[in-house]
Amino acid sequence: MDLPSSQPLVHATALEHRFPAGTLALSGLNLEVPQGEFLAIVGPSGCGKSTLLRLLAGLLAPSAGKLSVNGVLPAKANQGSHRCGFVFQSPTLLPWRRIEANVRLPLELLGLPKAQARQRAQDLLAMVGLSESAKAFPAQLSGGMRMRVSIARALAVKPSLLLLDEPFAALDDITRNRLQEDLLELRRKEGFTTVLVTHNVAEAAFLADRVLVMTPRPGRITADIAIPFGTNRDTDLRTSPAMADLLREISHRLKEAMA
Amino acid sequence: MRPRSLLPTVLPPILFLLASLAAWEAVVRLWEIPSYLLPSPWAILSEAIAERGQLVPAGLVTLAGAVGGFAASLLVGIATAMLFAQARWIRASLYPWAIFLQTVPIVAIAPLIVLWFGAGFGSIVLVSFLLSVFPILSNTVEGLTRIDPQLLELFRLHGAGRLQTLFKLRLPHSVPFVVAGAKVAAGLTVIGAIVGEFFAGYGAQHPGLGYLILQTSGQLKTELLFASVGLSTLLGLAVFLLTGFVSRLVLARLEAS
Repeated sequence: MDLPSSQPLVHATALEHRFPAGTLALSGLNLEVPQGEFLAIVGPSGCGKSTLLRLLAGLLAPSAGKLSVNGVLPAKANQGSHRCGFVFQSPTLLPWRRIEANVRLPLELLGLPKAQARQRAQDLLAMVGLSESAKAFPAQLSGGMRMRVSIARALAVKPSLLLLDEPFAALDDITRNRLQEDLLELRRKEGFTTVLVTHNVAEAAFLADRVLVMTPRPGRITADIAIPFGTNRDTDLRTSPAMADLLREISHRLKEAMA
Repeated sequence: MRPRSLLPTVLPPILFLLASLAAWEAVVRLWEIPSYLLPSPWAILSEAIAERGQLVPAGLVTLAGAVGGFAASLLVGIATAMLFAQARWIRASLYPWAIFLQTVPIVAIAPLIVLWFGAGFGSIVLVSFLLSVFPILSNTVEGLTRIDPQLLELFRLHGAGRLQTLFKLRLPHSVPFVVAGAKVAAGLTVIGAIVGEFFAGYGAQHPGLGYLILQTSGQLKTELLFASVGLSTLLGLAVFLLTGFVSRLVLARLEAS
């Protein structure tokens, strides 16, 4: 059933989204995300980045234009073989559920047998280094740990498409760097396609294969910058001269977009 | 750890109570205040013990009215809140009337209730219910609807239906809200039962504390009147503390699930 990998997983043409109140959030947006790519989208606050992610997840419907995931509507793709994982700005865990029960929530909603869901949750917690906390409640964990749980929960459904909405914005620098490196590691292991939305240029460049720059509302894409650092990246890359040049370019394009 | 930390919170108010009672006793004795105006604490206690055959059954009757009202409030309040949570338009058209119901003075509609439903246990429960349902209703609506939109998106993303969202998200989220509402309602149910008995008390065969209060004030049996008032206060306190205890159990159970 899979399309050949040369076909993009996500395909959007002349995408438009208008809120019920009438505000135009996105307009004339074209986007292609190849299978397996890590794409980062940067843009000023309120440019419609989060709206774009919700369109990709099928949580919102576009008011005009075409959008497909694996050749079908996003909501349909998410019901079938190309599930979607979503990591929100805050960890959004259920405070009355233990960590393990939070991670298996998506599988429970999909009706997976409990034993199977438990096993998957335990594997995921091991992957994000939180096996010890499986029986804890969210309130007992630090902000960084809670975000790890949130990522594990998004991966529970074995997503083809992982969507991240400024997931590390509320964390301190050290925790954020740590989580970024872990995210790269997870992606190497699991091979999902990723779309990350952020206003942090350094984060976009460190994580992504490609960075897109969006204009203020109504958002569309004005710059497309390839990040040539391959998939094995370590923390030294953050301070390398090549990275500094790239950050300068992205920042410059962002400034142009906002003008 | 519990008993040691309890002592400094329990001891001062008890000492204050004892000192106040002693002062009261002294004032009544020194100024020779007639007991039909203000009986001494000792006289009240003696009367309460002497009349226990009348007071204890009356307390039980009132307790039954209050517990009935409380149960009705929980049942109807939570069920109505679940209905309100189904759609914004239901809330918009019914919630103002629920608030309106709350502002109608209960003492004013109690005679109507007796007129429509007659004197008796049912009317007492109804008055107690009307007085205590609102905190439970409003708190439960809050708990069911004030949910992080991102959590609702998460449930939608993974194909959760209305029932799944209700049982796995909205209801567990509302438990602490229901508990807070129930604590407020607990004290009101006893007040409601006594007000109900003022109007709908079913007379000499099954007198509750409210009936006893009316009767003793008419006959200038002020010791027994004070004893009845004291007992109703204790009853309200007992219901409140019991609700607090049960709510702690519920919250602990919720955390452990």
